[in-house]
Amino acid sequence: MNWTLAIPEIVLSCCGMAILLYGVLSRGNAFFMSSMLSVGALLLTGVLVLSTDAGSGFFGLFITDAFSAYIKLTILVAAALSIVMALGYAEHANMQRFEFPVLILLCSVGMLVMASASSLMTLYMGIELMSLSIYVLAAFARDDLRSSEAGLKYFVLGALASGLLLYGISLVYGFAGSMSFDALGAALADPKKVSAGLVTGIVFIVAGLAFKISAVPFHMWTPDVYEGAPTPVTAFMGTAPKVAAMALLVRSLAGPFSDLLGQWQQLIILVSIASMLLGSLAAIGQSNIKRLMAYSSIGHMGYALIGLAAGTPAGIRGVLIYLVTYVFMNSGTFACIIAMRRRGRAVEGIADLGGLSKTDPGLALALAIFMFSMAGIPPFSGFWGKYFIFSAAVAQGMWPIAVIGVLTSVIGAYYYVRIIKVMYFDNAEPAFDARPASLSFVAAASCIFTTFFFLFPAPLVAAADAAARALLG
Amino acid sequence: MIAALAFYLFAAILIGSAVMVVTARNPVHSVLFLILGFFNAAALFLLAGAEFLAMILVIVYVGAVAVLFLFVVMMLDINFAQMREGFQRYAPVGATVGAMLLLELGIVLGGWKFAPDAANFRFAPRIAELENTAHLGQLLYTDYILLFQLSGLVLLVAMIGAIVLTLRDRGPSRRQIIARQIARKASETMVMVDAPIGTGVGAADYLHPIPEAAEKPDTHEHAHAGHGGH
Repeated sequence: MNWTLAIPEIVLSCCGMAILLYGVLSRGNAFFMSSMLSVGALLLTGVLVLSTDAGSGFFGLFITDAFSAYIKLTILVAAALSIVMALGYAEHANMQRFEFPVLILLCSVGMLVMASASSLMTLYMGIELMSLSIYVLAAFARDDLRSSEAGLKYFVLGALASGLLLYGISLVYGFAGSMSFDALGAALADPKKVSAGLVTGIVFIVAGLAFKISAVPFHMWTPDVYEGAPTPVTAFMGTAPKVAAMALLVRSLAGPFSDLLGQWQQLIILVSIASMLLGSLAAIGQSNIKRLMAYSSIGHMGYALIGLAAGTPAGIRGVLIYLVTYVFMNSGTFACIIAMRRRGRAVEGIADLGGLSKTDPGLALALAIFMFSMAGIPPFSGFWGKYFIFSAAVAQGMWPIAVIGVLTSVIGAYYYVRIIKVMYFDNAEPAFDARPASLSFVAAASCIFTTFFFLFPAPLVAAADAAARALLG
Repeated sequence: MIAALAFYLFAAILIGSAVMVVTARNPVHSVLFLILGFFNAAALFLLAGAEFLAMILVIVYVGAVAVLFLFVVMMLDINFAQMREGFQRYAPVGATVGAMLLLELGIVLGGWKFAPDAANFRFAPRIAELENTAHLGQLLYTDYILLFQLSGLVLLVAMIGAIVLTLRDRGPSRRQIIARQIARKASETMVMVDAPIGTGVGAADYLHPIPEAAEKPDTHEHAHAGHGGH
C-alpha cells in the first residue's frame, strides 16, 4: 500500500483542517494569523516533498517521482506567493476571512494529488478538489457582482469540462479495460488494441484538461473570470492550477498514451498554434490589464504545449522550465497589478499606469522587467523558457510550429512593450497609494528570479531534466 | 425448500404491494405500501445473498426516501380526485402506448443472442471466502482509501464554500448562549406577580428583563405559538 508516499498531501490537508478549526474557534479576525500559518504549512509540505522517496503507492493509484516532486514544489511556491499577495489586498476588498488561505491550502492538496496521479480516477479526484476550491475563491468577494459572476461562470463551464473529462475517462476505461496508467501503457503498447473509441476518449480527456489550462478552443471563460475574480485569486488561478493541469496533461500523454504519439500530437499542435495566435492577437485591443493577462496566459500555455507536442525528454524539460519561469513572471506581474490602487480604489486600466516611472520608479521597473520577460526578450527568464521549448521542437524537425511560435512572440511583444511605453513615456497620472510590504516582497522576489535566472540556470535545468527523464524513462 | 417458499412469499407480497401502490385511493396508503414493497425487496436481496444491498435498501429507501415521500404527501394539499379525473378518457391512449412498449420489449428480447460464454461474466468477480459487505468495505476503505478520503475533502470544500458564500452575520439576532442559560437561577428570571382581578398582567410583568426593541414582535410570537399545533 505504501501510504507514506502521500505524507506531504496528508500533512497539508491536516494543516488545512487545523487552520480551519483555529479560524472558527478564535475570537476576532483570524485572517492574518491563518494566512501566516498557511504559508508555514506550505513550506513544511515543501520540505516533506523533498524528503519523500520515489515509488508507487495506494495500489497503483498514486506515484511519486522526480517529475511529481518538481511540479509539487512549483505549485507550493505559487500558492504561497498568492497567499502573501492576498495579505495586502484583502483588507481593502472586505475579504479578510480565514477561509481564504484554507481554501488555497485545500486547493493545493488537490493539485499535489494531480501531480502524483497514476490512475484516471486519482486524476479526476484531484482535478475536482482543485476546481471546486477555485470556484469558491473566484466568487469570494461575494458582495461584488463581477466576482459572483466570475465564480458562477467558471463553475458552470467547469462542470461542463468535468463532464467531458469523465466521458473521456469512461471511454478509455471501456475500450482499454483499466484506469491505471501502468496497465493502460502496457495495453496500448500493442497497436492492434487501439480502437477509434479509445482515441475518442483520449480526445475528450485532452479537451477536459485543455479547459483547465485555458487553451484555445476551450479558453472562453478565461478573460471574464480573470477580470471578475478578486485579483489575488486571479494571480493564483493563473499560476498553480495551470502548472498542475499542464503536469497532468504531460503525465497522461507522455506516460500511458505515449505510444499513441501520432494520434494526439496533431491535436496538441493544433491547440498550441490556436492558443499562441489568439493569445497574441486578441490581447492587442485590451484596455483592462487583467483581461490582457488572461489572453497572455492563453498564449503562454500555447508555447508550453509545443514542448509537449515534441514528445521528447528535451521537450518535457522545456515545458517544466517554462512553467517555473511563467509562475514567477505571473506572480510578480499580479503583485504589481494589486499595487495599482488609487485613493483606496483598485484601478485596472492600462492607461492608469501612465507615467508610473516618475511616480513610483521601483514598481515601474519591476513591471517593465516582467513585461520584457513575458515578451521573451533576453536575458530575462521568459526568453530561456521559450528557448528550451523551441530548441526541443526544432530538434524534432518541427520547424513550422517553432517559426509560428517566434512570430506570435513578436506580435505579443507589441502589447507587452506598449505597457512599458505607457509607464515610461506617457503623461503622469496621479500616484498610486503606498503599497503593502507583502506586495513589494512578492514583486521583488519574482523580479530577482526573472532577472538573474540566466546567471544560475543549472539547478533548475538539472531538476527539470531529471523530472523529464523520470517520466519518459 | 424453505428458501423457495420464502422467495415466493416475499415475491408475492412485493407484487401485491406494488399493485396497491398504484391503485390505492389514499396517497398515504400508497406510500405505506411502497415501504412494504421495499421491505420485501430487501428480503429478496437477502435470499440472493446480497446482504449489503438489503441493508442499504432498508436504511436508505425505507429510512430516508420513503419517510420523505410520506412527509411530502402529508404536507402538500393535493386534490388526488381532481388529478384522476381524466383517467377514463386517457386510458385507451395510455394502454396503446403501454402495449407498444411491451411489444418492442418482446421483439428485443426475442431477437437477443447471447454470447456462448456470457453467462460466466454475469457476476462481478469476488473473492469466495469474503462476505460482500466485507468485500465492498475492502474496496472502499483499503484499495481506494485515497479516493475515499479525497472525496471527503471535496465535500469539506463544498461545505466551506456554501458557508463562505452565503452565511452573513446578522447583527441584531439573539444568539443562544448555553452557558448563560445554565448559570442563571430561577430567582433572576422568575417574578411572582399578583394579578388583580379584571386587569390581568401586562408585558412589563412577565418579560424580565424587558427587551429593548423586540418587545412587540415577541408577544406576537407567543400568541402564535399556542396555535402552532393544529
